[in-house]
Amino acid sequence: MSALFLVASAFLASAVEMVEALTIVLAVGVTRDWRSSLTGVAVATVALAAIVAALGPALTVIPIDTLRLVVGALLLVFGLQWLRKAILRASGYKALHDEEQAFAHEVAEARAAGTETRAGLDWYAFTVSFKGVLLEGLEVAFIVLTFGSTQGSIPLAAAGAAAAIILVALAGVLAHRPLARVPENTMKFAVGAMLTTFGIFWATEGAGAEWPGGDASLPAVLGFVVLLSFGLVTTLRRRRLALA
Amino acid sequence: MNALRRFGSFWWDFVVGDDWRIAVGVVIALAACAAVAETGAPAWWIVPVAVAVLLAVSVRREAR
Repeated sequence: MSALFLVASAFLASAVEMVEALTIVLAVGVTRDWRSSLTGVAVATVALAAIVAALGPALTVIPIDTLRLVVGALLLVFGLQWLRKAILRASGYKALHDEEQAFAHEVAEARAAGTETRAGLDWYAFTVSFKGVLLEGLEVAFIVLTFGSTQGSIPLAAAGAAAAIILVALAGVLAHRPLARVPENTMKFAVGAMLTTFGIFWATEGAGAEWPGGDASLPAVLGFVVLLSFGLVTTLRRRRLALA
Repeated sequence: MNALRRFGSFWWDFVVGDDWRIAVGVVIALAACAAVAETGAPAWWIVPVAVAVLLAVSVRREAR
């Protein structure tokens, strides 16, 4: 059960982040220069792989209870951030993320930027693609490392993330446009709920408490987080409508 | 120094994000959980209850 959650969480989180990275890379590639844009993607991917390869083994030598407490706390704070934004989006207090709009914004900025060539590359196309993939990918690396290390299987989490990256990249190549039809906001809600669930579960164990039923209580914690989130969305929606 | 501050600021934004009170609340809840667990009493319910309160207060504050 935990392994399934692990792969699903890493897959969903990576898919969401990669859809956003794809929008940036497509906008810069179409408007400026594909070679420079794809070089930026390749360099950022190598940097991310190096981060995971360097930190992964280091995390495995930390005692499991300490790891669960620290990683669980980090994951909980990080997950609550995602969930908070998702609740505000779903209740209409924050604008939904729109890939078509993000794409148009990136294209306008890419057209307006000046031309500077370094190392034979369009420097704007290279740096924007590099930063886009690195920053979106850092969240994926964080999730892969935290989930993988506490569950004792970084390769399994990395496989979930890699499957999402390949799927999104393939979809991007085939569609050749932003993946606006991906239910990105719903996926962000699901990822926020999963990160928060694992954060609660591991941090509590790391603090020395025992869950009734052990690992079997994980789905109950997920159910609690989902119900809490839907309850807050409903309350906030009613409040917004009452004020309108 | 500027580079160090930017580095710290990036990681703060990355993990803590828009509402630092959530991070502080999580730390307090975990400390309480550890203290109760130390006595041998059931402590598993403390973090979920804290999460419910922190999330509700944070989204309500933002929606105000």
